[in-house]
Amino acid sequence: MTAVVSLQKIAKHYVRGAQRVEVLQTLDLEVESGEFVALMGPSGSGKTTLLNLIGGIDRADQGAVIVAGESLEKLNSRALARWRAAHVGFVFQFYNLMPTLSAYHNVELPLLLTNLSKSQRATNVRAALQLVDMSERATHRPSELSGGQQQRVAIARALVADPTILVCDEPTGDLDRTMAGQILDLLEMVSRELGTTIVMVTHDPLAADRASRRLHLDKGRLFTATNGLAA
Amino acid sequence: MKFVPLIWAGLWRKRTRTVFTLLSIVIAFVLFGILQGVAAWLSGFGSASGTHRLYVVSRISQIQPLPSSYLQRIARIPGVHQVAEIAALVGSYQQPSNAVVVLATDPRRMFELYPEWQVPQNQLQQLVRSRTGAIIGARLARLYGWKVGDVIPIHSSVLKNDGTSDWTFEVVGVYDSPEQPSETDRIIANYEYVDEARHFERGTVQAFIVDIDDPALAAPISAAIDAQFANSADETVTQDEKEFIQGQIRQLGDVSTLVNAIVGAVFFTLLFLTGNTMTQSVRERIPELAVLKAVGFADWRVTMLVLVESTLLCVIAALLGLLAAAALFPATAALGIAGTSLPPKVFVIGLLIAIALALASGLPPARRASRLQIVDALAGR
Repeated sequence: MTAVVSLQKIAKHYVRGAQRVEVLQTLDLEVESGEFVALMGPSGSGKTTLLNLIGGIDRADQGAVIVAGESLEKLNSRALARWRAAHVGFVFQFYNLMPTLSAYHNVELPLLLTNLSKSQRATNVRAALQLVDMSERATHRPSELSGGQQQRVAIARALVADPTILVCDEPTGDLDRTMAGQILDLLEMVSRELGTTIVMVTHDPLAADRASRRLHLDKGRLFTATNGLAA
Repeated sequence: MKFVPLIWAGLWRKRTRTVFTLLSIVIAFVLFGILQGVAAWLSGFGSASGTHRLYVVSRISQIQPLPSSYLQRIARIPGVHQVAEIAALVGSYQQPSNAVVVLATDPRRMFELYPEWQVPQNQLQQLVRSRTGAIIGARLARLYGWKVGDVIPIHSSVLKNDGTSDWTFEVVGVYDSPEQPSETDRIIANYEYVDEARHFERGTVQAFIVDIDDPALAAPISAAIDAQFANSADETVTQDEKEFIQGQIRQLGDVSTLVNAIVGAVFFTLLFLTGNTMTQSVRERIPELAVLKAVGFADWRVTMLVLVESTLLCVIAALLGLLAAAALFPATAALGIAGTSLPPKVFVIGLLIAIALALASGLPPARRASRLQIVDALAGR
């Protein structure tokens, strides 16, 4: 197995007003290809910050962030955007679909950045929607879909460009138990059958149970669920 | 092209706001199109006529009369092909708002001077034979429903010998000018009738219209005419037709500056309106723009999306406005203040202004969209 994510001595702080908040401190983490990792921890522990660093939408103050073979701290803004388009799929707690676009066009968004033809894009979009069982709702706008259906569309959007890694920030946080179960089934299936590496932030222990590895983040430090400090 | 659904959806995100903004821009461009069209038409007025027709008026003022006896002396100047006198009788038909102008002249010479005015020969002969006859312009005929055989009363401030100001003319013909319909809002009558019937200023004219053999000699012939009457009680100034008409237009004021000032004020206001619309639109979409960036849209691409959106809004509205202006423009010709079609250069200038407006109003929100930090935007900070 090769490491898709390799974080080495990562530190990150934020400034809130006059206060400097140390969010992550000399953190190390490795995620192997195909792993499904759940990140847990109390609010403010740095889970989302860690996820953002892995997804390349935030930068560390120090340390090395190597994801899908690329040292992200060395990439400029434009190269980082290109890298995200090629390697990362995002799933957010509140779905973050474009309200004015149909499910089809929402899923198509990442493919607009590729050189695929219209018909190739259509094939990929249809396949992604079929994977999340949303083919029948392709023409529906987000407002015409339930929360669970919107999250399925969001997962299709995250998967459509065949990313190396899927980063999910509380993907079931806004859903009822049944819907959450269906979304977790879907993520498990993606991990198992597509071999996509998944890093998921969650507060829900039942959701974390679906992962192949559970990590606990507290006060900027990482622990495994059972064995204490992860690294 | 593949980004069109995304841009189009962004444009119509708030349908009502977009429609109102669109309408504001459309109306501004209708105003722009018509005003610029009128200004362009005025600046080019008379240019089609060339310089083969000269206008001779008093050096003191265009309304100062000249002796009608000047006609023979002008006709003898070398290079002059034809001369006709004009005495204008300004009046109204039935009510003061129905203003009409009667040009008292020698009809035969007048229609020879204006070959573009089309009139049947038998009607012209009839006018020459009929002392109180008149040939009316086609537009007047349409406007008031006049036809051959009608006797039309014109009330004028020009007093007649009988102490009244009511003039009557018998319609003996109708002339048309397909190239310049605005020139068919006049009545052509016999100079002898008007001159003999009026109480004041007999034996005078407002102007002489001179047809010359060679337009290249317009300047020396003009100089020769004016030299003929130099140091007399009634000195003249002679100009070619274009100069003369544009001089009259200049008396209205600097139309071009006036139009530019109005249009400038409208577009300045529009800049704030579209700028506000785009700023609001981008502000509402910050989380969506952050998601676009997260999935791999680079900063420059997000900038372009916002700019293209504002350009699309402004250009579509400008096109609609200019097309509406083009449709309405012939109505201004019917009123006698402009040509029959909107000059193409008004379209070109209008579209360039629309693009400039789009860039000026779209750039600040586009820069904001470009600079937004994904993490902060997603967190609602």
